[in-house]
Amino acid sequence: MKAIVTVIGKDQVGIIAGVCTKLAEYNVNVLDISQTVMQEYFTMMMVVDTAACNQPFDALASALADYGQNHSLSVRIQREDIFDAMHRI
Amino acid sequence: MMNQNDILSTIRMIDQQHLDIRTITMGISLLDCCDSDPKRACEKIYDKITKSAKDLVKTGEAIEAEFGIPIVNKRISVTPIALVAGASDTEDYVPFAAALDRARAETGVNFVGGFSALVQKGMTPADEKLIRAIPEALATTELVCASVNIGSTKAGINMDAVRLMGQVIKDTAQRTADTHGFGCAKLVVFCNAVEDNPFMAGAFHGVSEADRVINVGVSGPGVVHHALQAVKGEPFDVVAETIKKTAFHITRMGQLVAQEASRRLNVPFGIVDLSLAPTPAVGDSVARILEEMGLEVCGTHGTTAALAMLNDAVKKGGVMASSSVGGLSGAFIPVSEDEGMIAAASSGVLTLDKLEAMTCVCSVGLDMIAVPGDTTAETLAAIIADEAAIGMVNTKTTAVRLIPAPGLQVGDTVDFGGLLGSAPIMPVHGESAADFIARGGRIPAPMHSLKN
Repeated sequence: MKAIVTVIGKDQVGIIAGVCTKLAEYNVNVLDISQTVMQEYFTMMMVVDTAACNQPFDALASALADYGQNHSLSVRIQREDIFDAMHRI
Repeated sequence: MMNQNDILSTIRMIDQQHLDIRTITMGISLLDCCDSDPKRACEKIYDKITKSAKDLVKTGEAIEAEFGIPIVNKRISVTPIALVAGASDTEDYVPFAAALDRARAETGVNFVGGFSALVQKGMTPADEKLIRAIPEALATTELVCASVNIGSTKAGINMDAVRLMGQVIKDTAQRTADTHGFGCAKLVVFCNAVEDNPFMAGAFHGVSEADRVINVGVSGPGVVHHALQAVKGEPFDVVAETIKKTAFHITRMGQLVAQEASRRLNVPFGIVDLSLAPTPAVGDSVARILEEMGLEVCGTHGTTAALAMLNDAVKKGGVMASSSVGGLSGAFIPVSEDEGMIAAASSGVLTLDKLEAMTCVCSVGLDMIAVPGDTTAETLAAIIADEAAIGMVNTKTTAVRLIPAPGLQVGDTVDFGGLLGSAPIMPVHGESAADFIARGGRIPAPMHSLKN
C-alpha cells in the first residue's frame, strides 16, 4: 500500500536521515522523495510503500508523529488514496 | 509523484481549516425486532444494534488513522421506533429509548437516532404513545435522539401533531431544566423528513432502506471560507465557481471514506450528505462565509441571497464528486453550533424572523435556537407550523429544534458545551397564536401547478 509521508517544520540537520531511519525500523520502503526549503521552512514529501511494514499502520503513524514532536516537526503519514480522491478526477 | 501543492492543500484543509468527516452513520432496520412482549422487543433491538455495529467505532478510528482525516462522530440511526414498538402490548415506550441508549453505550457510538414517529397525515396509537413518551425518554437517556415528522408536501401538515409537539418541546425542557433544557437539543420536528440523513438529532433509518447501510456526512465551512478569502471583491460567478470547486474536494473525501467504511464493515454504501455543518470553533462557521461575501454581520439584508447561492453551489460541486448524494445536503445554520451565528444573534442583527427566511433557501431549518423559558407551547407550535409550511410549499426538508430554556430570558446565554455550543436567548413575538393552534385538524397539501 502506498502512503505519503509529509514533514513540515524549521530546517535542521538530519531531518531526512532521522525520518528514513524511523521508516527503516518499521520496514517501510521509500519510493520517492522531494523536498524544498523556503525561508528556513522545511517541507518534505515522500512516497512510501507500507506493504511490508512490520507493525499496524496506526502504530507507524503515531511513531512518526512522536518523532516529529520530539524534533519540533510535523510528521505525518496518510494513505495515498485520500490525495488521489480529492485532487484527481 | 503526486503534486506537492495538492498534498499541502489537503493537509492545510485538515490542520488549519477544520476539514473533517462529521459523521459515519450506520442505519439499521429494526423492523425484524417487533414483538408483542415489549421486554423481548427491547432485547431484540439491543441485540441487533450491538451485533450490527460492533465494529463501527473501531473501523472509523482505523480509517481516521490511515487517511489522516478526523472522523468526528460515529453514529447509529434506526427504524422509527413507533413502527417497531407498535407491535408490543404496552403503554410505556420509554424502555425502548433505554434499550437504544444501552446499545449506544455498548457500541461506543456518539449518538443513536430514531426514537421517531412519522405522522404527517395522521397518528396511530403507537405514534401518539411514542410522542408522549419523548420528554421522559430524552430526560432519562443520555444520547438518544428523537424526531417527529409532522408534515409533507404530499400530505399537508398535521396540525394536531404540531400542537402536541409544541407541548412536548415545552415538557422536554421542563424535564431537563437542570441542564437548561438540553433534552430539546435532541429533539427535531420535521416537515418532509429524509430517510437517509446521517446528521443528528434528526437521523432515522427509513422503512424503504436496506437492512443496514452506511451514510456519511462531510463538513468543511472553514475550507469554503478560506477559499473565498482568495476571491475578495470578485463577481458572484467567481464566488459560485470557487465554492463549487471546494465542495467537490470535500465531497470526494467523504465518498472515499464512505466507500472504505462500507467495504470494511461489509455494509452497503448509502449516501454522502454534502452538508456544510459548522461547529462552535473559530474558523468553522457558515455565518462567516456569508460575511466573507460582503455582509457586515450575518442576518443583515442580503443574507438570504448569499445563503441561497452558497447552498446551491455546494450541491453543484458535490453531486459530481459522489456516486450517490442524499440526506439533507446543504448548508446548516444551527445558531448555537456556529461561532459566527452566535455572534450575530448576540449583537441582535440575526433574528428569528430572518432565520426563518434563510431556511427557505437552505437546509434545514430553525436549528438549535434558544428562546425564553416562558415561551408558551402554542407559540412553539406556531413556529413549527410556519417552518413546516415553508417546507411543504417549497418541497424541501425543514426542521425545528428550539430550546425554551427554563428560567432564562432574552439577554441570557445558555451553554450546552462541546459541538452543541452556546446560544443567546432570542426573542419571540409575544402576541398569541393560541386560537390558531387550538383549531387542530390538517392543513391540506398544496397545489403542484399554478405556481407563482
